[in-house]
Amino acid sequence: MAKPAIKPKDESLPAGSKPPAKSPSPGDNSASAGQLKSYYRDMLLIRRFEERAGQLYGMGLIGGFCHLYIGQEAVVVGMQSTIDAKDSIVTSYRDHGHMLAAGMDPKGVMSELTGRSTGYSKGKGGSMHMFSREKNFYGGHGIVGAQVPIGTGLAFVHKYNGDKNVALTYFGDGSANQGQVYEAMNMAALWKLPVVYIIENNRYGMGTSVERASATTELYRHGEAFGISGERVDGMDVLAVRTAGEKAVEYARGGKGPYILEMQTYRYRGHSMSDPAKYRTKEEVDKYRNERDPIDHVRKLLLDEKKSDEAALKAVDAEIRKIVNDAAEYAQHSPEPDPSELWTDVLVEA
Amino acid sequence: MSIPVLMPALSPTMTEGKLAKWHVKVGDVVKSGQVICEIETDKATMEVEAVDEGTVAQILVEESAEGVAVNTPICILAAEGESVADAAKSAPAAAPATAPKAEAPAAVARAAAPAAPRVTAAAPPATPAPAAEPEWKGKTVHITVREALRDAMAEEMRKDGQVFLMGEEVAQYQGAYKISQGLLEEFGERRVIDTPITEHGFTGLGVGAAFGGLKPIVEFMTFNFAMQAMDQIINSASKTHYMSGGQMTCPIVFRGPNGAAARVAAQHSQCYASWYAHCPGLRVLAPWSAADAKGLLKAAIRDPNPVIFLENEILYGQSFDVPEDPDFILPIGKAKIERAGKDVTIVAFSIMVGKALNAAEELAKQGIDAEVINLRSLRPFDTETIVNSVKKTNRLVSVEEGWPFAGIGAELAAQMMEHAFDWLDAPVKRVHGVDVPLPYAANLERMALPQPANIVEAARAVCNR
Repeated sequence: MAKPAIKPKDESLPAGSKPPAKSPSPGDNSASAGQLKSYYRDMLLIRRFEERAGQLYGMGLIGGFCHLYIGQEAVVVGMQSTIDAKDSIVTSYRDHGHMLAAGMDPKGVMSELTGRSTGYSKGKGGSMHMFSREKNFYGGHGIVGAQVPIGTGLAFVHKYNGDKNVALTYFGDGSANQGQVYEAMNMAALWKLPVVYIIENNRYGMGTSVERASATTELYRHGEAFGISGERVDGMDVLAVRTAGEKAVEYARGGKGPYILEMQTYRYRGHSMSDPAKYRTKEEVDKYRNERDPIDHVRKLLLDEKKSDEAALKAVDAEIRKIVNDAAEYAQHSPEPDPSELWTDVLVEA
Repeated sequence: MSIPVLMPALSPTMTEGKLAKWHVKVGDVVKSGQVICEIETDKATMEVEAVDEGTVAQILVEESAEGVAVNTPICILAAEGESVADAAKSAPAAAPATAPKAEAPAAVARAAAPAAPRVTAAAPPATPAPAAEPEWKGKTVHITVREALRDAMAEEMRKDGQVFLMGEEVAQYQGAYKISQGLLEEFGERRVIDTPITEHGFTGLGVGAAFGGLKPIVEFMTFNFAMQAMDQIINSASKTHYMSGGQMTCPIVFRGPNGAAARVAAQHSQCYASWYAHCPGLRVLAPWSAADAKGLLKAAIRDPNPVIFLENEILYGQSFDVPEDPDFILPIGKAKIERAGKDVTIVAFSIMVGKALNAAEELAKQGIDAEVINLRSLRPFDTETIVNSVKKTNRLVSVEEGWPFAGIGAELAAQMMEHAFDWLDAPVKRVHGVDVPLPYAANLERMALPQPANIVEAARAVCNR
């Protein structure tokens, strides 16, 4: 069993303190122009998609719960850049970004949000419950923490089949206190399953800060009891995410067992659309938006390193805007599911 | 083209709110994600971010306006290349901001909204009848329920490399109740897996493995412990096929002993039949004989859905004749008439089938000819076989070990109201476990569980004897 590679410093932040100025796990900034542009584009797609989803929610076209990923884009975009098409992905209900990063069609995702027949789940799942077998995206799970044993089970499949693929299992700081998470980690370590646990620590489980919910806030150390190595990563820096992700994925793919990455990230919007946001200050949110925005970061890299120019980035912006507008149009004009769909897909008829 | 910005809803129930503050003024250029104003309700304050980019051409609702209806245009943006004046001209008339019941300009926001849902699909489509059960007339072998379960798993594991068994003590210990005897030896530790005592975790792991294409058999040492895993069974296993619009499947079998054993008291003695049978997306089977156990477990493993397979510890050691035919299998969803009779129908499942047959023998001595139906499958439920029996006997007794309230017998009674009311000559009578946690003391335990005498008494009552 590998010894846990625990970082000695605890850089956890008390509520309301300044975000880290420097990445605790500095990324390798030697990305090519093509890579940087693709990260920029992928993150921008998520950002614009989520803004549009928020707007459609405000117009009553999206119902129920709607958890936006705005601010956290670097986590999923950085991690997805480290895996292959055959690797598996599973996440929580804050899942729109993961689906887009996995290559799912924005039209199908937006149509599911509006509850239309053209959605990924034919309108029967909604924001929190979408899947794509084709993209090996296994949801979209509405119960906090439930995706962690499920993702561990996907890793079990990879080991059982001996296919050398890995399972990326995303969950939040809120899930990190669920009992089943630790049951799953124990089995993953015991059986050396190829799973990377990505804790998206956006600092608030709904309205409760990590400090008020977790007795120990170094979430990357939460696998120590099972001998699972972990590290803390600047989740606002897509290159830091990529560097850490590559290492963790290689570790799991190499048959060494599970690995934990704690991504320090931040969501700009509320937990869901109806969040009163009384638990954090406006200054804190603004500080992240203005100083640590993951998209601005890559934009600046592209311009400073002369890997792109304003005109080229503007063209990307326009392309993304069109994709999102088309998705929104499609999602508003697709038909609702046929009434007969009420009764289908309850069971597989053998 | 001018772009109206609409008053958003913070929640599905919000109809109006206060426009507390503007962060932009006419002439300002706004970018996506930029905060343009703040709105308030009695519950929350929210910053409204621009989705579209453009120049503010006109503010339609003044700061501090109360009672602004959701979807009212609150300002107009001029899109790139459009003059602010032109955009302002094309704006809709400002909605009266203070009129709380002001109707949202539906033309703008709701034009694309779906029409009110049609409520036409009130009745489920008729469920296809299960395939008729072939008669197995060949040679039989007399084996225990325990051996039948083991044989079923072994045969399916030989046939299909994606089938594996996991659970507490299933491998080296050979099963807490010795159901998996010999399986580790034959299939090895890759496919026969001892888990730690973590029902919630290993159930979720099994569900994930099933999503990923394997066919897990998850053994619960008893179904009492599956309570720890209820969330994964119901929320993940049973609902995902539906929630994914049919894209995901979860071919998994959850099996183990259910109901009372002997003298193990309340936490280890509960019948969960009605809990699982309540839930769409599951199949729920409850075998009685060794033939049921083998034929149904094979069917469960082959079925592409999550199956709850409720065994009974006391039955494990009982022996029955089982067809030797290697192709022997039973259809899911088909009850079996274990004893034909004309005076009263007794419906039971699992261990209660044996008690019902004992009762029928006693009733025969008293001149009452009882028909005993072994349900075998609780979901789907074979209403047709029961209704046909009631058409003949006109009297019905249900027998279950579980509690009466919202139990299988309660469902059976409701089904008879709906499908056999005109054929009944007496109200349906339920025999069931006493409505208390199961006691430990031998005498109290006996009193709490249905005995043949209780069934005899109920049958006599519906026959007015």
